[in-house]
Amino acid sequence: MNLDQALPVFIEEGRALLQEMEEGLLGLEQTPDDPDILNAIFRAAHTIKGSAGLFGLDGIVSFTHVVENVLDRMRAGEILTQPDLTNLLLQSCDEISVLIDAAAAGSESDVDPTSNGVGLLHRLRAYLETSDASSDAGHLPAKAPPPVEVCGEAAVSGDCWRIVVDFGENVLRNGFDPASFIRYLCNLGEIVHLATKTERLPPAELMDPESCYLGFEIDFRSAADKQTIENVFEFVREDCHIRITPPPAFAEVAIERIEALKAEADKVGEILIEADAVTPREIEEALALQNEIDARTQRHPPMGEILVQEGMLQQPVVEAALEKQKKIRDAKIGESRFIRVDSGKLDQLINQVGELVIAGATASLLAQRTNDSELQEALSTILRLVEEVRGGALQLRMVQIGETFNRFNRIVRDVSKELGKDIELQISGAETELDKTVVEKIGDPLTHLVRNAIDHGIESTDRRVAAGKPAKGTVRLNAYHESSSIVIEVTDDGGGLNRDKILSKAIERGLVNAGQNLSEQEIYNLIFEPGFSTADTISNLSGRGVGMDVVRRNIEALRGMVEINSRQGQGSTVRIRLPLTLAIIDGFLVSVAGCSYVIPLEVVSECVELDEREQRHGCYVNLRGEVLPILNLREHFKIHGQTSRRQNIVVTHFGGQKAGLLVDELMGEFQTVIKPLGKLFGKVRGVSGFTILGSGEVALILDVLSLIQYAAGLEAQKAA
Amino acid sequence: MANIIAHQKSSPQIDHESDSAQQYLTFQLGGELFALDILHVKEILEYGHVTPVPMTPTFIRGVINLRGAVVPVIDLHARFGRGLAEVTRRSCIVIVEVQHEEERHDIGVTVDAVNEVVELPPAEIEPAPAFGAKIRTDFIAGMGKLDGRFVILLDLAKVLSVDEMALLAEMGQGDHGNGE
Repeated sequence: MNLDQALPVFIEEGRALLQEMEEGLLGLEQTPDDPDILNAIFRAAHTIKGSAGLFGLDGIVSFTHVVENVLDRMRAGEILTQPDLTNLLLQSCDEISVLIDAAAAGSESDVDPTSNGVGLLHRLRAYLETSDASSDAGHLPAKAPPPVEVCGEAAVSGDCWRIVVDFGENVLRNGFDPASFIRYLCNLGEIVHLATKTERLPPAELMDPESCYLGFEIDFRSAADKQTIENVFEFVREDCHIRITPPPAFAEVAIERIEALKAEADKVGEILIEADAVTPREIEEALALQNEIDARTQRHPPMGEILVQEGMLQQPVVEAALEKQKKIRDAKIGESRFIRVDSGKLDQLINQVGELVIAGATASLLAQRTNDSELQEALSTILRLVEEVRGGALQLRMVQIGETFNRFNRIVRDVSKELGKDIELQISGAETELDKTVVEKIGDPLTHLVRNAIDHGIESTDRRVAAGKPAKGTVRLNAYHESSSIVIEVTDDGGGLNRDKILSKAIERGLVNAGQNLSEQEIYNLIFEPGFSTADTISNLSGRGVGMDVVRRNIEALRGMVEINSRQGQGSTVRIRLPLTLAIIDGFLVSVAGCSYVIPLEVVSECVELDEREQRHGCYVNLRGEVLPILNLREHFKIHGQTSRRQNIVVTHFGGQKAGLLVDELMGEFQTVIKPLGKLFGKVRGVSGFTILGSGEVALILDVLSLIQYAAGLEAQKAA
Repeated sequence: MANIIAHQKSSPQIDHESDSAQQYLTFQLGGELFALDILHVKEILEYGHVTPVPMTPTFIRGVINLRGAVVPVIDLHARFGRGLAEVTRRSCIVIVEVQHEEERHDIGVTVDAVNEVVELPPAEIEPAPAFGAKIRTDFIAGMGKLDGRFVILLDLAKVLSVDEMALLAEMGQGDHGNGE
């Protein structure tokens, strides 16, 4: 493992933690002995110590260790918070900060406490010792480590278990010899390093010769598993404090084992036991501790945290277990939340429900003739329920677009990395629902657009900074419903399109005539023309023409529309408008010469009666002072038959435009199930689907936008 | 008219080497007798309300509601380039099933009157004449001999080629069913 790369992370983290400690200590001055704050400070110190240990920064470890001990006592209520102690701790923070800076400066050698630090240590130890209630403690040599027996090499190599065992005072009385356990341990492996812990030794006059005050820190190299090692201390387990920390190498094995686990368990403890990372005893102990902490501080620390804190496990193992836990839980949730259903079955269900609705409407018509109010009431209840069932059935096919959007996190990350750009993806409207089939087909065009935005839309970091923009580029995916369609936007905050270049390119390629007067919008949309997607264009035209015609073709195949808006220097927005092919839409029913048509209610803004006196020469009327272009459906559809006496205009709006549709009769609102046009009628302009009316007749659903566009196109042709 | 050559192989009737007779539904159209392989026929409906679809070729009469499904109705007479058939009391819509790109489509065809179901052994079926039948030869699967008369066996895959009809619908033109 290369720790050098991780060191900056530690330094950064260490500084942040120190900041936390400082804030906590300052907070303590306001609310002394607040358990939450104390815990937070303790955790910060503990993490610093732990991480520093990983990097072999012993100076930091030994210093922080003392600080941590003091904090631990404070946590336990053994030392009370007092101003000079807080002060001392704040100074200690400064000292740790100095040490971390020294580590950051790159000296791989030990970072030793400064003279100031040594003084601080003295004062901190004083607190520890007074709380030990030992009057003579002050005489103990202040500098650690105390002169005790140490055997074996001092360095701890990576493949060693670390066993910390504090024998209980009664061990000797119960007839056990601590040394015998250590001797027995040698049967399982090799003791690499052993240090005796003497900090529990009381002053001589208080010492009971029959009590055991000793503890040992043993570095132990062995192939045995944790349980076996633990079993060595089986007999004294009751009154001993034992910690067995697996070697780092073991952690990797444990992680692998956790990942390979096919466990049903969803508790971290159970996962760890199954992977042999901890023993059941340790978990029991940790659980007890958890409850204790819970009772004392009202805080419920996670099991993993306790295990790491108590040195039973390394952090990565716990993280692996947590990950596993999450996966198992997700899998369980996934199992229970979703059922895979053949989409054909769904379609069938929807069809049958549709028939039910129609049959219901027929029955209701018949019931109205009978004048039997009870029957009518019963039928209307049935109809209402059927409507609900239909709504539910249709909803089954609708999926949220979020899942599709989330795929782009990865794409944006990869592509921006590849291009050396710093780009963030923002997603909104992820909960917008649309038909499953549309979701499946929109993926490719969207990928194309997002890649384009990253590749050509967003400038290089240098250029962004030079233009006074934030160095980090943003690509935004947004979705929302608007007038019976779903709109998906891909926005970037890049350089925008170069209007002049597009125009000159288009003229060069013969897409437009040099003299032609084009609006900004029209020019931008030229990039969707097939002629624009050549390799030549990409390099010359600050990108963007790449296969945009393919994007447009794909979207038009879904009966959708795509347009682009751009502002030089500020970025572009590609807006895709797609119909909800299969959805309940609220429609407005009209008729022309006896045939029914459904206009999506969202595009209808009002209805007015056609004033006969206002004989139209052109196809427009005066709507409260505005010019309203009129499309005569009868003429447009070439429907023969008697013109009814009264004609009505349905005023529709779409994308900022207004247009009137001239019809005979207005028949009111109607909930509409869209039936797809099918292969035969797929290309018919101006119609977006069929629906079946209560009478069993088929009615056409009008696609007002394309209808008007088509009509306008025809008119332009005629004029030309 | 490139895609008039549909992907379907030549009609099943002629492929049948066996002696077993095939069943056909015979019907009247514009005074002539036609027949359809009974295996294509799903049901026969009385001519009811057909909703016209604007801006489509004349041979597409419109759509009907077949128990919740929207089914297009083709005017066979117009499809043969002879103008819209007149609707009479005996007019029927025959719902047939055609295969298109792995999918089965239901399509309705209008006929003047449905006659009967007959059995025709392969020996009684002659190949289509090169001309003279007054409809496109590729529409004809064969000529069946029935009671001393000829009955035109239709090749439905060609007559109701979804690809071709969709193309015509897209062009919004009506009279291309006539061939030459």
